[in-house]
Amino acid sequence: MDPNQKRAKAVDRVDSVDTGAASSESTRMCPFPDEVLERVLSLIGSHKDRSSVSLVCKDWYNAERWSRRHVFIGNCYSVSPEIVAARFPRIRSVTLKGKPRFSDFNLVPEDWGADVHPWLSVFSTAYPFLEELRLKRMAVSDESLEFLATNFQGFKALSLLSCDGFSTDGLKAIATNCKNLTELDVQENGIDDLGGHWLSCFPESLSSLEILNFASLNSEAPQLMELGTGTFMQELVSGPVTELKNTFSNCKHLVTLSGLWDATPLYLPVIYPACARLTFLNLSYATLRSIELANLLTHSKSLRRLWLLDTVGDKGLEAVGSCCPLLEELRVFPADPFDQEIFLGVTESGFVSVSRGCPKLRYVLYFCRQMTNAAVATIAQNCPDFTHFRLCIMNPGQPDYLTKEPMDEAFGAIVKTCTKLQRLAVSGLLTDRTFEYIGKYAKNLETLSVAFAGSSDLGMEYVLGGCPKLRKLEIRDCPFGNAALLSGLTKYESMRSLWMSACNVTMNGCRELAKEKPRLNVEVMKDEGSDDSQAHKVYVYRTVAGPRRDAPPFVLTL
Amino acid sequence: MDRKRSSLNLFEDIDLNYKATELRLGLPGTDDQPEIKTSLSGNKRSSSEMESSTCTDENESRSASPTKEQVVGWPPVRSYRRNIVQGKKESSEMGSGMYVKVSMDGAPYLRKVDLKMYRSYEELMEGLQKMFKCIIGLYSEREGYNGSQHAPTYEDKDGDWMLVGDVPWEMFITSCKRLRIMKASEARGLDDSL
Repeated sequence: MDPNQKRAKAVDRVDSVDTGAASSESTRMCPFPDEVLERVLSLIGSHKDRSSVSLVCKDWYNAERWSRRHVFIGNCYSVSPEIVAARFPRIRSVTLKGKPRFSDFNLVPEDWGADVHPWLSVFSTAYPFLEELRLKRMAVSDESLEFLATNFQGFKALSLLSCDGFSTDGLKAIATNCKNLTELDVQENGIDDLGGHWLSCFPESLSSLEILNFASLNSEAPQLMELGTGTFMQELVSGPVTELKNTFSNCKHLVTLSGLWDATPLYLPVIYPACARLTFLNLSYATLRSIELANLLTHSKSLRRLWLLDTVGDKGLEAVGSCCPLLEELRVFPADPFDQEIFLGVTESGFVSVSRGCPKLRYVLYFCRQMTNAAVATIAQNCPDFTHFRLCIMNPGQPDYLTKEPMDEAFGAIVKTCTKLQRLAVSGLLTDRTFEYIGKYAKNLETLSVAFAGSSDLGMEYVLGGCPKLRKLEIRDCPFGNAALLSGLTKYESMRSLWMSACNVTMNGCRELAKEKPRLNVEVMKDEGSDDSQAHKVYVYRTVAGPRRDAPPFVLTL
Repeated sequence: MDRKRSSLNLFEDIDLNYKATELRLGLPGTDDQPEIKTSLSGNKRSSSEMESSTCTDENESRSASPTKEQVVGWPPVRSYRRNIVQGKKESSEMGSGMYVKVSMDGAPYLRKVDLKMYRSYEELMEGLQKMFKCIIGLYSEREGYNGSQHAPTYEDKDGDWMLVGDVPWEMFITSCKRLRIMKASEARGLDDSL
């Protein structure tokens, strides 16, 4: 096998393979009949492994494409629905992600794109038996939801995370028409809650529903007993706790629990009976204080994942450290992110307490108003298995509050000690040194988020020159310019995407990148009434679909 | 009523001049800063960003004071999540905090306290004393806060400044808009009418 052939991009293969025709070459490498190969390959689940498999040779490529049931598209503009349908004839499940992540924080104008409808149109003919659709940061209209509900007879599972453009009317269509629905997961979406009791649109005979998650919606007072889900719920998310009293005592199988917005001290004991088996508890919409949390946690020793609001304070986190030895994931959200005068919330001390009691921590998202290098170094020592470390010191460019030094050593400690680190978000006052550490030590890093950091182009250059597994880089408000941007010339095609906003990149720099790398889409979003030579928001991504055909006027593809 | 009138007189002449005690990292003399939305010029981050506060949504009606800057999309909290928690605070009485600003003469930072966390004046005083590391002492009907260096005052619904402890606790927490811990010498002006 020519090793160069192995390295050839998937692009070439897509263009050269006929739809539906099995390959029968005279130079057949593979001794197995296609059916056997397909059967074996069907056991491979991970899409990364499947990608590798497809690159081995033409036979394996074909066997893989026929046996694939789930396709994961991390950037909806990296490929077109037609190309996907041509390559994979037998898909049952699609995961599709759209807008750049910073759109969650209002950095991307509305009508930017990522409309799911063109995909649904193609899928309705290519995959009429589609069963699952998982969308993240896509624009989804009620019409699209209705189209989905009426064109896919066996449809079973819908998950919408951080999407926008639809209302409860769209959910009504799903509830009414999808007779085989097992999962409906609607979370953190920009949704129009028109009320209207869409929940009651589920047919009474619906016994298949296993996962029901509608934390997006306040107005529904769920009549869960009527849904017939009181006896078997794997995952339950809802609103008013009082209505769920009976449900909880019947729930033998409850393993995750979210919501609890009205959880006042009076009502919390209602869920105690269900807590012993809980592995995931999402309290990030409940303004609990430390004592309330501590009481709750004494019943929840099996917790693996915990989401909180920082109203629980450092004392609450001490309770986490003492009660949850199996904890693998902790997310602490700020109750008042925009009020700088509140000196509440959590500090470095709470984080250290958790790290002491929970050595198995791998995933942390932590919002705080003060941090020290020493604390983070201790945390790294206590929890060397971090795969995801996202620290947000909420005041931009804030130094170690005790030593007044930059937070470079904190993140240095993390990347040096936590060799399995895949995702990192940095904050606080940072010089280029932080990025030198990252480039040098973070060998498994795939996603990096940077804001208000760095001193010069070197910072970004260090990262692009190191980090062999980097896939997503998102940067805002940093002093990185054209030299930094162009230093990644050879790297961007191996990455999913690059985002740079409010940096020092110019239109000329972007044009040069676009010229050198025709297989990348280099998109610049223009702000009205500002300097035309500056590139305010730059989004660069690899694609086999060419420039976007649906780009709005404010998006320039260079 | 006399007391109220004297408190008005007291504050007419004094320019509270919070700006003088406001801790900033900008150069002295720099006032209103422009919004940060455009890209940075040069490599060094300008000091004006260091103090930026955050307000991403025009709907956000609370807090944003006019002299602070606005940084779009920071901290990185999804709008959805932000709206839920704000909505909770503004809707029901139960479980939501009653935050009021507290300033102390001579201290550089304003603080905030949640009045719902306390059930009496004693508890509130204890909390304030811990927060500002000062001694306030107890209120007495006759002598006010004599005998201590500091006296707590509050601005009520009508905009008048009153000595804390005047009215029953329940009435106090519903009418108190902000707190100020004054130097005892200045606060004596409030009591002069006795």
